[in-house]
Amino acid sequence: MIDTAGQKAPAATGLMQRPDRRTLVRAAVITVLLLLALFALPPLMTGYYTDTMTQVAIYSIVTLGLGLLVGRVGMYSLGQLAVLTIGAWVGARLLFATGQPYILVLIEAGLVTMIIGSLITLPALRLRGLYLALITLMLAGAVTVVLATLNFPNGGGGFSGYNGSFLHIPQIRRPSFAGTDPAFYRFSVVVAIVMFLVVFAHLRARPGRAWASIRQSEAASLAAGINTTFYKLWAMALAAFVTGVAGALLAGADRELFSIDFPIQNSITLLAVVLMGGAFSLWGAVIAGFLQAFLPAMLYQLWNVQNDWLIILFGVGVMQVLATAPGGIADQFPKDMKRLYRLISRSWRRPAAVAGAAAGSTAGKGSAAS
Amino acid sequence: MIEVNDLTVKFGGVTSLDGMNLRFDEGVCGLIGPNGAGKTTFFNVLSGFVRPASGGVRAFDTDLLRMAHFRRARWGIRRTFQTEQAISDLSVYDNVAMIHSRLRGSARREDILRAIELVGGDISPSAKVGSLTAGQRRLVEVARALAGKPRLILLDEPAAGLPDEETRHLTDVIRNIPANTGALTILVDHDMALVSAVCETTAVLDFGKLIASGPTAQVLRDEHVMRAYLGTAEVV
Repeated sequence: MIDTAGQKAPAATGLMQRPDRRTLVRAAVITVLLLLALFALPPLMTGYYTDTMTQVAIYSIVTLGLGLLVGRVGMYSLGQLAVLTIGAWVGARLLFATGQPYILVLIEAGLVTMIIGSLITLPALRLRGLYLALITLMLAGAVTVVLATLNFPNGGGGFSGYNGSFLHIPQIRRPSFAGTDPAFYRFSVVVAIVMFLVVFAHLRARPGRAWASIRQSEAASLAAGINTTFYKLWAMALAAFVTGVAGALLAGADRELFSIDFPIQNSITLLAVVLMGGAFSLWGAVIAGFLQAFLPAMLYQLWNVQNDWLIILFGVGVMQVLATAPGGIADQFPKDMKRLYRLISRSWRRPAAVAGAAAGSTAGKGSAAS
Repeated sequence: MIEVNDLTVKFGGVTSLDGMNLRFDEGVCGLIGPNGAGKTTFFNVLSGFVRPASGGVRAFDTDLLRMAHFRRARWGIRRTFQTEQAISDLSVYDNVAMIHSRLRGSARREDILRAIELVGGDISPSAKVGSLTAGQRRLVEVARALAGKPRLILLDEPAAGLPDEETRHLTDVIRNIPANTGALTILVDHDMALVSAVCETTAVLDFGKLIASGPTAQVLRDEHVMRAYLGTAEVV
């Protein structure tokens, strides 16, 4: 037998023990931030920023789905915007056609998007890297073309629910408890939290381990008995589900949807912000949501910067990330903060040490003199 | 018991395994040969990554070649790779838990912890694999192979690049695999000291052909084997 039998007990209990101090601090920080976002922020924000923060919550869900594919499974998809549009279309159609509760519509839109998204991407499951990105970009292009013809539902009849002759387009309804913008913002944040928890639960369980293994090596995954096709499909389905929910949420947030609002280049900027935010952590999805929805709105509000300029900004950002911080802002920011703290504490200590040394030498001279 | 009958693998014009016939019964068995002899290709056939041109492989009365690759792991084939495959951002426990197992609940948890315990090396199950030494990461891969009731364990150069002390520890771990798990273990390695120390029987491949097989000490003294490994040279 090997010599470490005695180690099993403490290590084993340590594995399933109560959460450590770091985990508790992290949970407390997250709770405080969420309470601030839900209760302290809405009264402080103007209507413009309330809308913007609603978009941040929604796009955090979208980047969560894309981050799952890119960071956890290693599948580079450029088709998530198309998936979002499918979710928005299905959500809008159901909201116009039925009187179902909004939350039920969110789930249905997520499920329908999951099925459609999984079916469309099924042939791409054997692809990786550039080829997968290319195929999914084509998919995004195809959906854009179809949408330009089909249009988003606007309260009309038939399958498409579109009526081009409407002079006054009826708005997409919101839930009765979240009719105002601040209430809908809070609702969006709650939905985002639920989606993050759903993905988090997956990451902590067997699918999370399988995805990590697939990202590392498909051969090793197969050798471990992981059905890689099944788990990749699972990842795509989950990403499509949360993105579909985000789409239905977007329908209620925007209240009027137009295909022109979903240009194909947004698929690329979406991947760029996910890489910049950090594809390997859930915080990265939140940061990516801010980069995608908050940064353009803020730059426009403050300096009238048009969205087109952001392509250049994001291009530089992605280059910076790829060159110096592959883990994105979510990984790099805490490291930089630690470095800054060390620098400051060192510079604090140094004058104190110099002063102490000077005082010591003076005292030494004094005692020698006496 | 594993029985290989007339196994041939071709990659285009290159014959990687040429009518290989082999039988290993139990314990730890060595498979050695110079680079390019076909050892990893043989493992790839057993794992299902390579489809042979002809021949058959039966292990414990099961036709392995008829099974999908991921099902072979579920059946009981375990494997380590020449290049390290432990996932650095997961814990040791999660790395081992990745292996498919029919066990559930506390039985599964105990099985995983036992596999980690068996490889030793001062490895805590909750440690992140990224924080371990190269030798410990190798042990995590071996632990993964020991979990979930393995029947056939394939170790592909597990001692490559390890310092002597860690190789000695690994030697003990591998030697104890049959007693601890009951699995038939096939070891591919270039470290002849390791092979001599743990393998009761050894087979030798050269250019895809089996040139010797039998008790390890006898095989390593075989003239053909020495020629294949060391070549021949005139000493002037």
